[in-house]
Amino acid sequence: MTKYQIPKPLTSIDGITEALASVGYISTQAISTTVYLAVHLRKPVLVEGPAGVGKTDLAQSLARGLDFPLSRLQCYEGLDETKALYEWKYGKQLLYTQILKEKIHELTEGADSLEASLKKLGDFQDVFFSRDFLEPRPILKAMEQKTGSVLLVDEIDKSDEEFEALLLEILSEYQVTVPEIGTIAAKVPPIVILTSNNVRELGDALKRRCLHLHIGFPEQVREQRIVRARVPDVGQKLLEQVVAFVDKVRNEKLRKPPSISETVDWARTLVLLHAEELEPRIVQDTLGVLLKRQGDIAEIVDRVDELLVESVAGA
Amino acid sequence: MERVLAAFVRALRAAGSPVSTSETIDAVKAVAFVGYGDRQVLKDTLGAVLAKSETEKQTHDALFELYFNRDVPPPEALTEAAGEGNSDDFDDLDVESLMNLAANGGQNAAAAIERAAAAAGAESIRFATQVPHFVRRTLQLLGIDHLDQRILERLQQAGAEDDRQTQAMMAARDRLQRRAREQVQRYFEIYGKSATENFMNDVVANRAIEKLSEHDEARMHTLVARLAKRLADKHARRRRLKNRGMLDIRKTIRRATAHDGVPFDLAWKFKKKDRPKIVVLCDVSGSVARYVTFLLMLLYALHEKVADLRAFAFSAHLADVDETLRNNEFETAMTQILRTVAGTTDYGKALSDLMETDFEGVIDRRTTVLVLGDARSNYGNPRLDLFREIADRSKRIVWLNPELPALWGFGDSCVYQYKPFCTTLTHCATVADIERAIDDILKAYD
Repeated sequence: MTKYQIPKPLTSIDGITEALASVGYISTQAISTTVYLAVHLRKPVLVEGPAGVGKTDLAQSLARGLDFPLSRLQCYEGLDETKALYEWKYGKQLLYTQILKEKIHELTEGADSLEASLKKLGDFQDVFFSRDFLEPRPILKAMEQKTGSVLLVDEIDKSDEEFEALLLEILSEYQVTVPEIGTIAAKVPPIVILTSNNVRELGDALKRRCLHLHIGFPEQVREQRIVRARVPDVGQKLLEQVVAFVDKVRNEKLRKPPSISETVDWARTLVLLHAEELEPRIVQDTLGVLLKRQGDIAEIVDRVDELLVESVAGA
Repeated sequence: MERVLAAFVRALRAAGSPVSTSETIDAVKAVAFVGYGDRQVLKDTLGAVLAKSETEKQTHDALFELYFNRDVPPPEALTEAAGEGNSDDFDDLDVESLMNLAANGGQNAAAAIERAAAAAGAESIRFATQVPHFVRRTLQLLGIDHLDQRILERLQQAGAEDDRQTQAMMAARDRLQRRAREQVQRYFEIYGKSATENFMNDVVANRAIEKLSEHDEARMHTLVARLAKRLADKHARRRRLKNRGMLDIRKTIRRATAHDGVPFDLAWKFKKKDRPKIVVLCDVSGSVARYVTFLLMLLYALHEKVADLRAFAFSAHLADVDETLRNNEFETAMTQILRTVAGTTDYGKALSDLMETDFEGVIDRRTTVLVLGDARSNYGNPRLDLFREIADRSKRIVWLNPELPALWGFGDSCVYQYKPFCTTLTHCATVADIERAIDDILKAYD
């Protein structure tokens, strides 16, 4: 593990920002700093924030930007270690047992006591609980990578508390214990990103082991860069107006304020409709892309004119 | 170096962020990587390591600005100069250096005052009322007594009032005092302010609601939000429980098909858990109204946990107040409600009104009925038959009575007549009592 050389982009905070920017993820100082610390302190990162601000995307972009393999684990209620860590290939084990059964006479030939035949069979015992029969699931897969890797544990708050406890060993020691085989330690510590939407308060033990990163709604300048990176065809005027309008909408009291992903979708929609700039008509028609709740749409749709004037003046 | 971080962690803890020892160690390691060079990086780093939720992050950012913001050299330089910072080995200054200190406002002066304040133990400040005390201590450690002595001597000499040097000395003294006060005030804001807030919140939580002043009520909103958060966290447990020993046969067979019908993988049945469903019946007559305010405020703050909540208010008759409360500011809603149900309290009438509403839809076997009132029904018929019916239908009835228990059952109080049907009947006088009651209710659903 000591031989492992940390790849160049990870040796500085700016390097991380650049690596992320090269795949179209516009980072902030806080995001890059936290990733930098995660690599050097060997700690997982817990990312929180509203839906659609790029929590999952951070892990995906890191993997692409650094050219690391990505193991993704989507959490849900009832997720357990057979889906997250490893599973035994029962079918294969059964098959081998059958073969052994047929061959058992040949194998125990010459042994005249039960003890002797058990001894002969004993040599096969370990075969059944070897790595050949182990089906690695995302976490074990990430541990087994020989180069660096990114492990994304998505929406950890949706999983049960038992699963959270299971993660503790993995996240603090970067190792997995399989009772029949022993402890498998990570060859190279993966960069672990956990995301949470705060459906449930996570345990203190887990939080203590993680670095915490909160990604909120971006400032206008950063959001413009993000949209520009994702929708290269968007005109500068439209871009500024879109971002300013979204910023205004976020300040309204909405059940679900639009996130970055909605801004990007909206910009893409407007480009497809060949809009050069925001007009009340087109905004009203495409509001469904930006807002996902009927109540929110009803709230905004009558006030589009007013908000538009403010945001155009602002931009 | 570690001292700086340790003191910062102490400040965070004083502000109510539970920073553990291991996190402090992490912070030291992390800072070793990034250094103190870039302020923004340092802030992000400490934020990532020490603050583990959005609210903690806010506290952290605010404190960081206070703590690492100064025109003074970084504290490690100070601690070296001041030895271990104990008051024992702190040397006070003579009059001339004090005058110098006051005259040139630069970094040295600020550093000296900070050192003196630290030596005076100002970091242990808890309450605003301690500020003058620590200012005095700080000045004493700086050697203000020598200066005072000198000023006194000069003033005693006849005709010395217009002596320019005396004037200068007095001005210098004022400046020093102001600086020391600023310094101690800063310490108070870092280490003491949130402690005071918490203390005051506790005081308010445990004071009888009817005795709360208007000033305390301003505090109520933050307090209620805090209680709601605490309750929500506490009851945000898993929603499924393994039903021990009950095999889910269908699921097991389905899973076994992958293994040629051999049931390797057993599936167990889960116990379904009810979501809390609460119906609140509030007596809004007279003094009880204030309790209602807090009870409902707390319940509404819990809306994420208690999604299914119905509120009824009654006095002369009963009204569904859900709409009113959800659509209006709390104060206006309460006045509106009081207007609709006004009149002499009649529990029997309220109960029969409840039966006439969509009773079956409102109360089922998963419902907790929460009654808040003093059961003073003005000698009307308590309608125990109806109350019994409600008790039979619902999961439990919890009665909170704000009246002193010694008065129960006297006069027109029929609380003891209702008592046999209640799962619990408790006296409820403070916000802490209300919290406990709601905690109990939610526990029944865990």
